[in-house]
Amino acid sequence: MQFDQSKCSVLKGFVTIKDGCAHVVPAAAVDLYFCSVSPGPCGGRLSTRTMLGRTLREVSAALKQGHITPTELCQKCLSIIKKTKFLNAYITVSEEVALKQAEESEKRYKKGHSLGDLDGIPIAVKDNFSTSGIETTCASNMLRGKGYVPPYNATVVQKLLDQGALLMGKTNLDEFAMGSGSTDGVFGPVKNPWSYSKQYREKRKQKSHCENEDSNWLITGGSSGGSAAAVSAFTCFAALGSDTGGSTRNPAAHCGLVGLKPSYGLVSRHGLIPLVNSMDVPGILTRCVDDAAIVLGVLAGHDPKDSTTIQDPVKPFVLPSLTDVSKLCIGIPKEYLTPELSSEVRSLWSKAANLFESEGAKVIEVSLPHTSYSIVCYHVLCTSEVASNMARFDGLEYGHRCDIDVSTEAMYAATRREGFNDVVRGRILSGNFFLLKENYENYFVKAQKVRRLIANDFVTVFNSGVDVLLTPTTLSEAVPYTEFIKEDNRTRSAQDDIFTQAANMAGLPAVSVPMALSNQGLPIGLQFIGRAFCDQELLTIARWFEKQVQFPVIQLQELMDDCSSVFENEKLASVSLKQ
Amino acid sequence: MAAPMLRLCCPGRRWALACIDGCSRHRRGAPNGCTSSRKRGQSSVAQQPFITAQKPRKGEHEWAAVVGLEIHAQISSKSKLFSGSQVHFAAPPNSLVSFFDASLPGTLPVLNRRCVEAAVMTGLALNCRINKKSLFDRKHYFYADLPAGYQITQQRLPIAVNGSLVYSFCAGKNRSQVINKTARVKQIQLEQDSGKSLHDDLRSQTLIDLNRAEGQLRVDANISVHHPGEPLGVRTEVKNLNSARFLAKAIDYEIQRQINELENGGEILNETRSFDSKLGCTIPMRDKEGKQDYRFMPEPNLPPLLLYDTESLPAGADPQQVIDIDRIREQLPELPSVTREKLVQQYGMLPEHSFTLLNEVGLLEFFQNVMKETRAEPKKVTSWVLNTLLGFLKQQNLAVSESPVTPSALAELLNLLDRKAISSSAAKQVFEELWRNEGKTPAQIVSEKKLELMQDQEALEQLCHAVMEGHPQVVMDVKKGNPRAINKLIGLVRKVTLSRADPTVIKEILEKKLAS
Repeated sequence: MQFDQSKCSVLKGFVTIKDGCAHVVPAAAVDLYFCSVSPGPCGGRLSTRTMLGRTLREVSAALKQGHITPTELCQKCLSIIKKTKFLNAYITVSEEVALKQAEESEKRYKKGHSLGDLDGIPIAVKDNFSTSGIETTCASNMLRGKGYVPPYNATVVQKLLDQGALLMGKTNLDEFAMGSGSTDGVFGPVKNPWSYSKQYREKRKQKSHCENEDSNWLITGGSSGGSAAAVSAFTCFAALGSDTGGSTRNPAAHCGLVGLKPSYGLVSRHGLIPLVNSMDVPGILTRCVDDAAIVLGVLAGHDPKDSTTIQDPVKPFVLPSLTDVSKLCIGIPKEYLTPELSSEVRSLWSKAANLFESEGAKVIEVSLPHTSYSIVCYHVLCTSEVASNMARFDGLEYGHRCDIDVSTEAMYAATRREGFNDVVRGRILSGNFFLLKENYENYFVKAQKVRRLIANDFVTVFNSGVDVLLTPTTLSEAVPYTEFIKEDNRTRSAQDDIFTQAANMAGLPAVSVPMALSNQGLPIGLQFIGRAFCDQELLTIARWFEKQVQFPVIQLQELMDDCSSVFENEKLASVSLKQ
Repeated sequence: MAAPMLRLCCPGRRWALACIDGCSRHRRGAPNGCTSSRKRGQSSVAQQPFITAQKPRKGEHEWAAVVGLEIHAQISSKSKLFSGSQVHFAAPPNSLVSFFDASLPGTLPVLNRRCVEAAVMTGLALNCRINKKSLFDRKHYFYADLPAGYQITQQRLPIAVNGSLVYSFCAGKNRSQVINKTARVKQIQLEQDSGKSLHDDLRSQTLIDLNRAEGQLRVDANISVHHPGEPLGVRTEVKNLNSARFLAKAIDYEIQRQINELENGGEILNETRSFDSKLGCTIPMRDKEGKQDYRFMPEPNLPPLLLYDTESLPAGADPQQVIDIDRIREQLPELPSVTREKLVQQYGMLPEHSFTLLNEVGLLEFFQNVMKETRAEPKKVTSWVLNTLLGFLKQQNLAVSESPVTPSALAELLNLLDRKAISSSAAKQVFEELWRNEGKTPAQIVSEKKLELMQDQEALEQLCHAVMEGHPQVVMDVKKGNPRAINKLIGLVRKVTLSRADPTVIKEILEKKLAS
C-alpha cells in the first residue's frame, strides 16, 4: 500500500494555512450549555463550564495558556459522566486513571513541557479496544464473565496516552460491535443525548403533549453509540470508535458529530478486538472536523504490530484552510438515491450539492454500479470473518467459562452458548456455513469478487476526476428505541449500513459531517468519501463544508436542570452502569 | 504463535508415483507377515526413500504401497513465525508465550523474516519453484492446544511448489550398488505450530503448553495399498511421527496391516491413526473423530508475501523490507549430493561410504579434519573413521561432537601407522587408549605401552631362529610343502615379539631361513 499524496494534489494549488482556530462553534453557542458568560477564546480565565462545550483545539489552547488545568477539566468531565449516567454511554469509567493522568499532565504544563495538543484532554475509548489494566468487555458476557483485563494497550490507545490524553473510560457498544443501534450489548442500549436536547424537546412539545417524556428516547446509532453519546454529551472531547460497516459514521450522524473512518491501513488495528479484520478501522468521533484531524494526526502511521498498516511515514495532519472550491469535483452517486431515503435527508443532500455548486465546484452525477450488491456481499464476508475471529473465545484462556466439564467439546458449546448473544451466534453460524468446503466457492469467493468490483467502482469514479463523493450517511435521523427494536439486528444492520459499508469494502476514508437539524430537531449528517490515503484532503473539504453549514450545538441545559427527574426515571429502567 | 514450521507436502498420489516407479512394490510376505528383508536408506527425512520391497513369490498377487508424507520441520530461528517471543528447546511450559501466542483478542500476526528466508532456501535446495507471491490462510478447528481456533498456514498459494529431491541409496549384497531415485515435492508452506497437549488421564485433565517449540521434526504419513494397475486404495494417515526410525516402522506396519485387512475381506477406513512406538503398531486416533471441514479462509491480517529476484527488485528498495531470492540462492550451502560426488572424485571413496559420512552429523567434518593432518591414504582414513570411530560412537550412543578422540589425535595415530612405527593391531590398542581420554597423545601411549614395531633386524632374525629351533615339526611341515604351516610360524614369532613386529618382515626372514 502506498500513501500517495500526489493523487491528492488537486487541493495543493490553492490551499493556505490559516490560524488554527475552529470556526464551527461560535463561543456564544457553546454557552447555551452551562454558562451565561461568553469570554471568547482569547479572553481571560475561562470557567470550566464554558470549556466543556468547546472544541478540542480550543480547550487545548486554553490549557496551554493556563486558563484551565487538566485536573479541573477532568473533574468537570467526571461530574458530567455521573450526571449523564442514564445515557449508558460508558461501560467502565476509569476515574482514578483519568485523575492520575490529569495530575501528571498538570505537572507537565507547569513545567511548560506539554506533550502536544492532546495533553490533558479527556477522551473516551470504545470498549472493544484493549486497555492495559482496564477491563475490556466488548459488551459481551463472553469477556465480562470473568472480567477480562487486557495486559496491553491497543496501539491507538497507547498513542493517545503517549500524547498525554486523559482516559475517562470505556464506552458502550453493540456486542462485539455487531449492530447499528448500540442497543444489543449486554449492558443495555445507549440513549442519544439529543433525546434530551432543547431542540428536540421543543419540537416534540409542539406535536404531542401527552406522551411520556422519557419513554421515547432515541437510539444513538451504532455500534460506537457509547462513544458518540460520550462526546455529544460533553463528557469528553474526542472518542475512539471502530468502523467496520459504518459503526463510527452512523452514530456520529445521529448524534450531531463528526465521525471519521480513516483509510484502511492508515491507523493500526493492533489491540482492536476485531469484527472483520479486512474492513475494521479505528474511527474518530469529535465535535468538529479540526478535532478529528488532530486525533488522526496522532493515530496515523505504520505500526510494526499491524502488518496491514502503511510503511511510508505520515506527515502531521494540519488542515489547510480551503477558501476556493472552484477546482473541486464533487461526485453524487446516483445509486445512493434509494426509495428508503427519507425526504428530509434527501433534500439536505441536494442542498449540500447545490452549496458546492453555487460556490463554483463542479458537481456531477456518478455511478457506482455494483452498489446494490454491497450489502449482501458484506454480509457473507463479515459473517465469515466473524466466525473465524470468534473461534478464540472458547472458555479456555480468558473470559467466560461455563461449569460443564463432561468433555472439552461440551464445555466449548455451553461456554459459547452462554457467552454470546443471539446476534453474535447467528453471525458465527452463517459465517461457518459460508466457509464450508462445499459453499466456499459459491459464497465466500463470489463475495470477494463482488467486493473487488465494488472497490473498482470507486477507482473508476475517482480516476474520472472526481475528488470526493458526497452521500447521505443514514437513511433518516435517529429513531426512538421502541421504533428501532421492531426490526431485528440483521435487518437493521443491512438497512443502516447501506451508505457507509461500501467505503469499508474499498478501504476508503469517509467522514460524516453534521449538516442541519431535521424538522424534529434531530441532527442529520452527510458523508464524504475520499480517495484511499487522501484522508487529509477529505477532511479539508469536510471542514469547508462544516464551516458553511454552521451546524447548531446541542442544547442540553434543560436536561441538566432537570437531571434529578431523569435519574428518578432511570431507576426504573433495567439498565445498569457497570463501574 | 507457535514455533515456525515448514511443512513439506508430498501428498499421496504424487509421491506415490515416484515410489511405485521405484521400488515400493510390496508383496505379501510369509504368512506371519515377515518384513525382515526390507531395507531403507537412512538420512534426513526429506531424503528418506521409503523402499519396501520384498521378493515376489510365484503365484502371489502383488501389492503396491503408496506413501505420501507431510513433513513438519521446525525452522531454526530465534523467534516464532508470527510473534516476537523466543524459541528454545525444553524451556519451562508456557514461559515463551507472547500475547499473540496466547491468542489474546486484538493481537495480530507479524511475519518473521528469518523464517521466510529459511523457507525460500529450503525451496531452492529442493528444486522448487519459488512463488513470488504467496498467501496465508486460516485453518479452523477447535482443539485445546489451538487457542485462536485456527492455525495460520499456506493452503492456496504456498511459498514454494513443484520440487524434487534426487536421493540415492545403497542396495545389493554389500550395499555396494547405488540406486538413484526422485521424490517429488508438491509444496512447501510456512505454518504456525499448534500448542502441546499433555493428557493426564488419571485426573482427566489436559494441560496445554503454548511454547510450541516441541521438536525439530514431525511427520504425518499417508498410506494406502492397491494392486498395480488398479485404482489407488483408501488411505490412512499416521500422525505425529517424530523420528525417521518410527516413521519407517509405522509405514511398514501400516502397509502390512492394510494388506492383511484387505486379504481377510476387511476394508480400510479413511482415518487418522497414531503410532505406538512401544507396541510397534498403529492405532486409530480417537480425539479427532469424524471428517473435519477446516473452513479455510484467507488470513486478512497478513498481506500477500511478495518475494523478489535481482530483476524484479524495486529500485531503491530497503533491503530490510524485501527478500531477494537470488541473494538467498548465493547463500545456499553445498548440497549433500554435490559433496558426496566430490568425496568420490577427490578420494576415490566408495559411494556408500560417502553416504555414511554425510548422514552422520559432524562426521564429514571430522573426516576432513583428519585428512588435513595426516599423510595416511584416504581409504585408510575412511576405514578408520567409518569402522573404528563410528563403531565406538554407536556402541556408546554418542554424537560425533562427543567423541573423546579428536581428529588431531586420530591423524597422529594414522601417521604412526603410515610410517610403520606401529602395527595395525597396536594401532587399535592405541585407539582404545585414546577413547579412555586420559589426555595422552598417541606417541605417549605407544611409548608407555611399548607398542612400537621392532626395527632391529638382527634381533628379529634371532627370534625367528629360536622359534624354528623350538618347533621342528612345523618346520618339517613347511618343508613338506604345507603352505599354511608358515603362517603358524609367523604367528609364533609375533607372539614372542608381543605383536610388535611387522608380519611381512617376519615372513621374509622365515622364508629366507627355510630356504637355506
